[in-house]
Order: sequence, then C-alpha cells, then structure tokens
Amino acid sequence: MSYATQKLAEEKVFKDPVHRYIHVRDQVIWDVIGSKEFQRLRRIKQLGTTYLVFHGAEHSRFNHSLGVYEIVRRIVDDSFNGRPEWDASERLVVLCAALLHDLGHGPFSHAFENVFDLDHEEFTRAILLGDTEVNEILKRVSNDFPQKVADAIAKTYPNKQVVSLISSQIDADRMDYLQRDAYFTGVSYGHFDMERILRVMRPREDQVVIKSSGMHAVEDYIMSRYQMYWQVYFHPVSRSAEVILTKILHRAKALSESGYDFEQQPTHFKSFFEGTFSLKDYLALDEGVLLTYFQYWINEKDPILSDLSDRFVNRKLFQYIEFDLAKDYMKMRELEQLFKRAGIDPEYYLVFDSSSDLPYDFYRPGEEGERIPIHLLMPSGEIRELSRESEIVEAISGKRRTDHKLYFPEDFLTEDGKKKALKKQILELLK
Amino acid sequence: MLGEHAKIIQFIGVADGITGRKKLQKMVYIAKKLQFPYKEKFEFHFYGPYSEELTLRVEELCNMGFLNEERQDKGSYVQYKYQMTDAGEHFTQMAQVEEVSPSLIACIEQMKQKSSRFLELVSTLLYFDHLPKEEQIEKLHVVKGKLNFTEEEIEEAFEFVMNLMNERAIH
Repeated sequence: MSYATQKLAEEKVFKDPVHRYIHVRDQVIWDVIGSKEFQRLRRIKQLGTTYLVFHGAEHSRFNHSLGVYEIVRRIVDDSFNGRPEWDASERLVVLCAALLHDLGHGPFSHAFENVFDLDHEEFTRAILLGDTEVNEILKRVSNDFPQKVADAIAKTYPNKQVVSLISSQIDADRMDYLQRDAYFTGVSYGHFDMERILRVMRPREDQVVIKSSGMHAVEDYIMSRYQMYWQVYFHPVSRSAEVILTKILHRAKALSESGYDFEQQPTHFKSFFEGTFSLKDYLALDEGVLLTYFQYWINEKDPILSDLSDRFVNRKLFQYIEFDLAKDYMKMRELEQLFKRAGIDPEYYLVFDSSSDLPYDFYRPGEEGERIPIHLLMPSGEIRELSRESEIVEAISGKRRTDHKLYFPEDFLTEDGKKKALKKQILELLK
Repeated sequence: MLGEHAKIIQFIGVADGITGRKKLQKMVYIAKKLQFPYKEKFEFHFYGPYSEELTLRVEELCNMGFLNEERQDKGSYVQYKYQMTDAGEHFTQMAQVEEVSPSLIACIEQMKQKSSRFLELVSTLLYFDHLPKEEQIEKLHVVKGKLNFTEEEIEEAFEFVMNLMNERAIH
C-alpha cells in the first residue's frame, strides 16, 4: 500500500466542541498534524486580540484548521462520494489543503504582517515547499505533492472544485470559523444548518454549487456571516487592542532603526526589523513570544514603548469616536497639531482606523468579474446567482458597509497635570 | 492609513477615471508589481489577482464622496465607472501624499488604453513571475484555460510588461 492511501490501524478522533468529533483515518493527515509546523498553530489565536473583548475567544488556528479539515472530509467522503463530477483522486490534496490552509499565519498575524509588510500566504507556501517537517511528510506521497497542496491553497490549482471547497464564498474555511468563533465568543449569531448545506452541495465542472432546495440554509449562513462581521470581527474595542498592538511593533521597529539600546534585546525581532528574516526566524515566533516581549517592554526607558506595552498587557485600551473623514479631515489635521503641542505623539496616539483594514469580507454577488458568487442549481439544471433568487441575500449584499473610527488615549487627556487647557480643547474637538 | 486611501484617489485621478472594477483591480495590481508603493494585499481568484482590501477601500472612498461611482447597465452585464471628485482632489492635497511620479503616470496611461481582458492576462502572468517564462505560460493555461489566450496575445503581454519596466527604469 502506498503512503498516499495508507490508513491508520484504528481511526483517531479529536473531540471538538463545534463538530463533536474530527475523524482521522489517513496516515498522511495524522503525520501532518504531528509536525512541528502544524503544532505551532496551537500557539496562535484564531481571533487575535478579540479575547480582550470576548474572554472566551482563546481558541487557536490549530482548532480551526482541524475543523476545516473535518468539514472537507465530510464533503468528499459523504456528499461527493460516488458522484461522477467529482474526481476522487483529488481527495488527499483537498484534505491536506484544508488542514494546512492557515499554516503560514504568524502571531497576531494581521498586525504583524501590516508592520513588517509580510503575507501569511507566502509563508504558507514557503513552509509547504521549504525545508520543514510538513514538506518532508508531503513529499513521501510524491515529489510534486507539496506543490499541489500549495497550489490548491493559493487558488491556482487546475481542479476548481478543490479550490472552491477551500476558498470560495461558501467554503469550509468560513463555515468552520463562523461557527467556531460564535461558540468561543459566546455570541448567539454565527449558527446555521451546516449539515443541510453539506447535503445540498454538488460538484460541477469548475465550481461547487448548491441545490436550490437548500437556499434557506445558505441564507442563514449569509446572515450569520453578516452579523458576525459587525458583532465580533469589527468590534471597536477589539480594534482598539489591535491598534495598540500595531503601534507597539511600529515603535519597537522605529527604536531599533534609530539605534536605541533596548534593556531586553529583541532577539526574536532583530531580523524582522532589519528585513533579513528567514523562514526559521518566522517559525520561531508565536503569541507567547510576543507577549513575553511586551511584558519586558513595559519596563523599557522609552516612554512610548513602555506605555503602549502596558496598555496592551493590562488592557488599558484607547477610547474611540466615530469619525467621518469626508466631513472632518480638516479636523484630523488640527488634532494632530494639538496632540503635538500637548506632547502626545499623534503617530502613536491618534489613529484613524477603517473597515478596509480588516481581513474579513462580506458576500459579494460577483458583478463585473469580482469574486465567484454562490451559485444555486435550479431544478431545470440552470445555474443562478444566489442574490437573484433570495430577497434576504439581495437585501444585504452589494450594499456599502464601511466603518471609521478615531482612536486616542482618553486618560492622557483627562489626567491632571500640565497643559490642561490644551487637553480640554482636544477633548472638545473629539466629542 | 489615510495615505493609502489618498493614493487610490490619486491613481484614479491620474487615469482621469477608470471604467470597470476588474480593470481597476488589475491596474493597481500591475502597478504594485512594478514596485509602485501600493499596500493592498492581492490573492489569486477566478479572475486573476484580486484585492478585497482595494474593493473595500474604493467603497469607502465612494461613501466619503472622494470618488464617484457610476453604474452602467450594459444589458447582459453591469459595469462601474470611477472618477475622482473635487472633494477627493482636495483630500489628496490635504493628506500630503507624495506627488505621482512621471513613471507612474506613464504606466497608468498605458494600462488605461488596454482592455480588462488584456490586463487580466498581464496581471496573471505577473502573478507567476517567480517562474521561468515557459512555466509562467503553462500556469496561465492552467488557471485561464477558458479564456483561450493566443500566443500573440501572450507575447504582447510580455512586451507590454517589458515596456512598463523600461518606463519605470527611465524615470
């Protein structure tokens, strides 16, 4: 028996709060889960700074990756099994791609990538194709297997059904994270009838479509997605924590570039500050490492790095106001000047944040060559875009939904001390 | 963060309006690949490199009144045209972003003259520019098989990229 088809002597199961059980029979999958690059995902939270708002949101990318794998496994082993449109020889590629799709995420990845101009997708590719345990395992299937998995994740794989299952507007990734994030945050949104959706998924030539009889289950999924975005992913307080986290990294980088003598040398960050990092450096980072540095940096001499680190570790977050840039962009300039006069560096303490800076998206009906929409398979065999059939989806798709906030340390402006009149003037402008 | 918004307004302003969301996406992607300073992240999608961040940013700019979006009904499909507004122009001045370089102006002008199909071809080839030319073409046929790009079109796309790169180097 080849390694690709080798089964475990006994099925292994992981108990999971979302899918109840995650089933593993394939030796390859079992070996990949045991690799150190995959185990690293235990130390990276799925929702970054959201745990500072929803205290249950401590779940990791490890949990989520297993969940995505399980959903895809159910689709290919149950829903698609035996259907002539599905090429069963793609099973292992799609299972590995599901399991490994988030492998390149770093600690607090959105903020980290922003500051160091990185892309986790490139790291996923680098881990799959580089000198790693995961690569060594995948190569045992065949020499070109790591490349196939990388292509499936990068959406450049020839079989579009494989790509659709991992990354489309109704993919296993979203179906898992919506339910998992809802469970761990404790919100009552994010629930939908996934079993029903899996039962009505059908493979077609270059995509996966949904039988029209399952439209209401998909409507529920779209509504969950919509509500989770506003209630969890765009939560302004969690954004405040992310703003501070980003500014900590910016400050540490700026200090390093200026030759600042850190009391605790930022060894793990050095190559990132200098732009000379390797894959090994990247894999050595996790959220525990970052939080340890933040603890050290509270005691640094630099008052900005110290203050920002203290704010993040001890959850003293920035206050925020709604900010209409169209109306108030002159006010922004004025505020920057006033902050400088008050001795508060606006570069770190006056931050405009908009929803386009977030890594989440809404359903798009795919007008004009955007993303592939969700397609319904009508009884006549015709394919119809979801929002053309569903009034509910039509009502919430294609609408502009943007959100802008201005973050600032209110405590700096209200504390007793010097420049009270100036700070009062700033507060009045901000209110 | 305001700077990134302002750069998109500038881009559309220099182009004197861009018709087609796909065209706008591909133009910004190509400019980014030529090392012009755009921060939007792109991923490969069915229609080639696509940035959700750029889509959202353009939506925000329309909401703010800095860009104007016009929906054009073409019968079997719809198309969107984007133009910088007076408020958008004023905003770019206030945001104090760097002036657009002559090489970027030349690049935008050349891209604007091309069809979105051609720009989809160019951006897809650029997406695989880490591969040797033969493999780039092979990959193009894998991911864009249905578009049936001809050898002439592919050669023209390579020449187009070369011209843009030369233009970039000259300025």
